[in-house]
Amino acid sequence: MAKAVLDALRGKFGAGILATSSHHGEDVAIVTRGALLDIARYLRDDPAMAFALPCYCTCIDYLGLEGLQPSAGTVPTAYASRTRGEGSGAPGARFAVVYELRSLVHGQRIRLKVPLAEDDLVVPSLSGLWPAFNWLEREAYDMYGVSFEGHPDLRRIFMYEEFIGHPLRKDYPKERRQPLVRREWTDE
Amino acid sequence: MAELKKLVLGRKNIEDLDDEQELPTELMTVNMGPSHPAMHGTVRIVLTVDGERVVESDVQPGFLHRCFEKESEYATYTQIFPYTDRLNYVSPMINNVGYAMAVEKLMGIVSEVPARAQYIRVIVSEVSRLTDHLTCIGASAMELGAFTPFLYFLKAREWLFELLEELSGARLTYSYVRIGGVAHDLTDDFDDRLTDILRRTEGVLAEVEVMLTNNRIFRDRMEGVGAMEASVALGYGLTGPCLRACGVDYDVRKDNPYLVYDQLEFDVPVGTRGDCFDRYLVRLEEMRQSIRMLRQAMRDIPAGPVMAADPRVTLPPKKETYNTIEAMIRHFKHIMDGIKVPPGEAYSWVEGGNGELGFFVVSDGTGRPWKCYCRSPSFINLSTISRTIHGHLISDVVPIFGMINMIGGECDK
Amino acid sequence: MGLEIATSKLEDAANWGRKFSLFTYPFVTACCGMEFMSVAAPKYDLARFGAEFPRFSPRQSDLLMIVGTITERQGPILKRVYDQMAEPKWVIAFGVCASTGGFYQNYSAMPGADQVIPVDVYIPGCPPRPEQVLDAIMLLMKRVQEGRGHSQVRHKREQLLRTGG
Repeated sequence: MAKAVLDALRGKFGAGILATSSHHGEDVAIVTRGALLDIARYLRDDPAMAFALPCYCTCIDYLGLEGLQPSAGTVPTAYASRTRGEGSGAPGARFAVVYELRSLVHGQRIRLKVPLAEDDLVVPSLSGLWPAFNWLEREAYDMYGVSFEGHPDLRRIFMYEEFIGHPLRKDYPKERRQPLVRREWTDE
Repeated sequence: MAELKKLVLGRKNIEDLDDEQELPTELMTVNMGPSHPAMHGTVRIVLTVDGERVVESDVQPGFLHRCFEKESEYATYTQIFPYTDRLNYVSPMINNVGYAMAVEKLMGIVSEVPARAQYIRVIVSEVSRLTDHLTCIGASAMELGAFTPFLYFLKAREWLFELLEELSGARLTYSYVRIGGVAHDLTDDFDDRLTDILRRTEGVLAEVEVMLTNNRIFRDRMEGVGAMEASVALGYGLTGPCLRACGVDYDVRKDNPYLVYDQLEFDVPVGTRGDCFDRYLVRLEEMRQSIRMLRQAMRDIPAGPVMAADPRVTLPPKKETYNTIEAMIRHFKHIMDGIKVPPGEAYSWVEGGNGELGFFVVSDGTGRPWKCYCRSPSFINLSTISRTIHGHLISDVVPIFGMINMIGGECDK
Repeated sequence: MGLEIATSKLEDAANWGRKFSLFTYPFVTACCGMEFMSVAAPKYDLARFGAEFPRFSPRQSDLLMIVGTITERQGPILKRVYDQMAEPKWVIAFGVCASTGGFYQNYSAMPGADQVIPVDVYIPGCPPRPEQVLDAIMLLMKRVQEGRGHSQVRHKREQLLRTGG
């Protein structure tokens, strides 16, 4: 049923769709940054699509795995393959911003992935179309450093303002603390 | 007499109204800080008020950010279960089940989970849903001043905690579910104890309903407060009892049935106005439906194994581990390297206590996930608060916030 | 000589009164809050220790119970709440997250609340059983009676420094 969505997208936005896949029953479309806003608007407004419920927005850091093509999605019967996993689908793209939407009317889901390079980490914001993405994009900015163009209030949400760095990136060590306040150690 | 009135009331003329006087008109900023008796957990709301009416608000979560995603990148798949417990810590089993299902989807072994394990997962999920709604309604009622329903609900919650403690070993953070099934089978007297507890819980629900549902004060404080239209609610990503109170019939258990929910008979309560009172009624009715589901599940549960027979995900039986070298190596590799999940990504979602709880797992082929993102309903539901409290009084913030049921661990991950 | 005996007996009496009427300020952040609710509930009754009703303001309480994980962002707020309390005051770190950080060893969770404020009693457990909490309250009461809580010791030291004796 949701194959129709991917076919419609491919038909309408040919150049903007880099790849599509349907592993595990999920429909994923890898899209370019330029086409994202138009695709999102189409998905929301077209009555055959009607993706009214936003699910989530996150970002994947593929440091070390850039450029690997998405895996075929087959399930190995023996012990799992030891090859390194799938990448963002576009060579040189370290990050991929992921959006997932749901249509209650048609019972469909779709996942949009936007591959981005490290030095060009900007994506148009979808918070104008679905207000839920306001906070979700703030979270992606806080954790990964992705800038969302057109976001009304892009500031950190989980970490405090004085925090330096973006903690969920693969090169940020888990235990690097930046304490705000510490006690003076006396004998008490 | 007029002289006396003038002395007492201090006005030139009795008919002069109070707003003849000059009152300050600038807006005031009030902080409902991270440590506040009515804030479940830690959320800061910076309110800009005009008198008592909220004009603008800035909701600041994140005071309990415990880095679930970062920790799960460093832990094996089985070691993540305790972290998932502490996400929505009032309904921990549902988080366990949701995460296990996401990894099983990625591995492709969803159909290998035995039927008994699926029934057990449903049973413990519904018990967790009961504890979630009991805590939510109890705490919200307490904040409005109704202390007795809170104590009654805590009494019922204690029975459920003790039942699950006998089953899993812990009162609150169970880590009972495993990838491929559950850790061990139900205890022998689980059936009798659950039947007894459900009967007593229904009695408690009836008592509290008498106390709250037709209570003038409760209704005055909850009705008409925090209403939201369905179309707006959908745009904000609202799910769960709050969305159902707005009139949208979206329940993952009915729309995308998982485990054995398609074989159980239950109704999904849907409200009309979307205000706090409707949310309360939806939660109350959901508890009754959970009790109904639990009775059916206990009647229909088949015998059998509780763990998939797949050597990729299970530990070998202890006797073999201690006696054969192959089993010992397999045990060692399982514990040290983790379950090897094929590369790929998958998103699996369940009906949590607050809405659609999903886990997006990205795997790189090793025993530790590359990314494990939790789509937390509390976080997304909380973003609707700045809209719903707009125009309400400060004291209305309390029931609105209570009925959203923001759980800090899930909101801030 | 007589004056010191009288004041120490007065001190003991005051401490006896303090230990049986602890006004708690539950600084609840996370999952341990659920166990705190269970401890305050009728089954594992906290009321029998005189610590029944939580005072929802630090200015009116003398026992700060840090219930749940403290993050770095919460640090200044915790310090402020502690400073707002009047002496003598005691602190219980409820749960292993408040004691040492628990199994959250990362960039955001503080490794224990005692990085910011002095703690008198630590309760391990994730979350601790209500019986452990009651045990901790009894330990704290013993400490209050002996006058060995951090703020009591600090007060005594300052008194001695002032009187030069």
